[in-house]
Amino acid sequence: MKASLKDNTASFSFVLPALLIFLVFYVYPFFYSFVLSLTDYSLIGKFNFKNSFVGLQNFKDLLVDIDWWKSFYNAGFITFFALTFQNILALLLALAVDKVIRMRKFYRVVFFILPVLSEIIIGLLMKQFMLSEPTGRDVLNNILNNIGLGFMAQDWIAGHNVRLITALVHCWKGFGWAFVILLAGLQSIPDQLYEAARIDGANTWQQFCKITMPLLMPVSTLVMVLTILGTMQAFAMILALNQGAGGETTVPVMIIYNHLGTGQAGLACAEGLILGAILVVVSFTMFYVSKIIREKYGVVPN
Amino acid sequence: MLYQIKKVIFVIFLHIFLMSVALSCIFPFIWMMNVSLETQTQYDQDYGLRPVTNPNFQNYKTVIIDEGFWRYFLNSFVYTFVTVIFIVLVSSLAAYAFSRLNFPGKNFIFYMFLAAMMIPLPAGFVPVYTLLQQFGLLNRTGYVLAMTNIGLSISIYLLKTFFDQLPRDLEDAAKIDGCSKLQTWWHVGLPLVMPALGVVIIFNALNVWNEFVLASLMFSKDSYMPLQAGLMQFSGKMVTEHTLIMAALTVAALPIIFLYLKMQKQFVRGLTAGAVVG
Repeated sequence: MKASLKDNTASFSFVLPALLIFLVFYVYPFFYSFVLSLTDYSLIGKFNFKNSFVGLQNFKDLLVDIDWWKSFYNAGFITFFALTFQNILALLLALAVDKVIRMRKFYRVVFFILPVLSEIIIGLLMKQFMLSEPTGRDVLNNILNNIGLGFMAQDWIAGHNVRLITALVHCWKGFGWAFVILLAGLQSIPDQLYEAARIDGANTWQQFCKITMPLLMPVSTLVMVLTILGTMQAFAMILALNQGAGGETTVPVMIIYNHLGTGQAGLACAEGLILGAILVVVSFTMFYVSKIIREKYGVVPN
Repeated sequence: MLYQIKKVIFVIFLHIFLMSVALSCIFPFIWMMNVSLETQTQYDQDYGLRPVTNPNFQNYKTVIIDEGFWRYFLNSFVYTFVTVIFIVLVSSLAAYAFSRLNFPGKNFIFYMFLAAMMIPLPAGFVPVYTLLQQFGLLNRTGYVLAMTNIGLSISIYLLKTFFDQLPRDLEDAAKIDGCSKLQTWWHVGLPLVMPALGVVIIFNALNVWNEFVLASLMFSKDSYMPLQAGLMQFSGKMVTEHTLIMAALTVAALPIIFLYLKMQKQFVRGLTAGAVVG
């Protein structure tokens, strides 16, 4: 039975609204940003390609822009901590919650509060908490003094450790998300496998290395890829926390945001494209590496 | 016996570890609420670290009424509500068609949406903002449309996979009874897909509610500003009014925390939807 033209049109009209929005707000901007990146359009008046065309000037400028590449270093630094500290903490917590029977639900609920709240709320709250004199009160330093850790007291918002502190706040906000995904991964491992291993005389460590680790590999690779993509594009929390701390915690998206805010749309587009290209390369590499790891562990890639 | 003692000690150790991390998550919020109930003089003395004995609700009144947070709240609510309605309607229509109907180019269009989900535009707000400016859409309509697009691909994917798992019997019955395609979608498709719609709604609602970048670029006037942009502006304006900032943060955070505690399952599923898809 061949569908009639009228029938096809009726069916097609179901996807038409989605397709229109998608074409206007995703496909068109996608190509539009390549065009814009070749201009010095400044958001004043109608966009005119001929008048504002500057060739590859934006990219040439960015290539030697130290601030721009330093922002990648900053974001990479935070990403490194998110990958190691945040995800290892999340894994340890997931393993612990998987083991304890009591209060399992309580921990799960509490750990997930932070990912639910907005980056602005977390950033501003931590800023208030760590703010120092003269504009604020030394709340955190005061607590540290009272519990005998006074030697740790410092300027948390603008001191020389600000990059590390920003990374830790980022991990604090993000660990609950990784925790929930890893816990779901842990709980999907069938108990029979552990039983069989115990009967064969495997100890806890052997069980972890031979069962938990390889079976958790797909989930943890996914968490790692999403951590990289998410953290390299992190921005609002840092803006709220310390506004970039004079270049110490400026991240790429913050620079793009500031340039767009001052009307440099062409430059901002070029920056967005560079960031996008780097992220695509990074995530493809990650997927490739994870495929090799999974094959090595003998887990069929899904 | 020895084994059991060892096990108990191990579990206690685990609880200490988990508890200390849990405390680090809870304490800042208790401190936040505590400070929001203090006067500035009290805060200068005890840094908000002593429980308030005589709560002072003046800060809330100042923030919500005098500083116009009720308006930010209302704006956020309207943007979230309208965007979610749009997404639910548009994406369920499309998902239904991708799963149940046939037309030329169906697979191509579906894979296009899939590709968009896999390759998110980094800093996509730049071309979108410029585009809206060119169209003269730097207003609430433009914002809602742009936000609708952000949640669209993933919602279509989630709903389509859910539709695929459902039996077709009911729809066939509806067809025999003379329902048109649109009627079948509305009377049969939508009610059946309800469980998946919950995830889609929470995912997108949180996404719009917590969105900051585009909103802060688009709305400079107080009367259109949503909550996150309003918070940011307020904290810049009131640098030294710590108790007021804390009251504002409490106003912004508490409703979400309450909603989350009421509907934990949906929140977790909604927020990890992105990961499940990948």
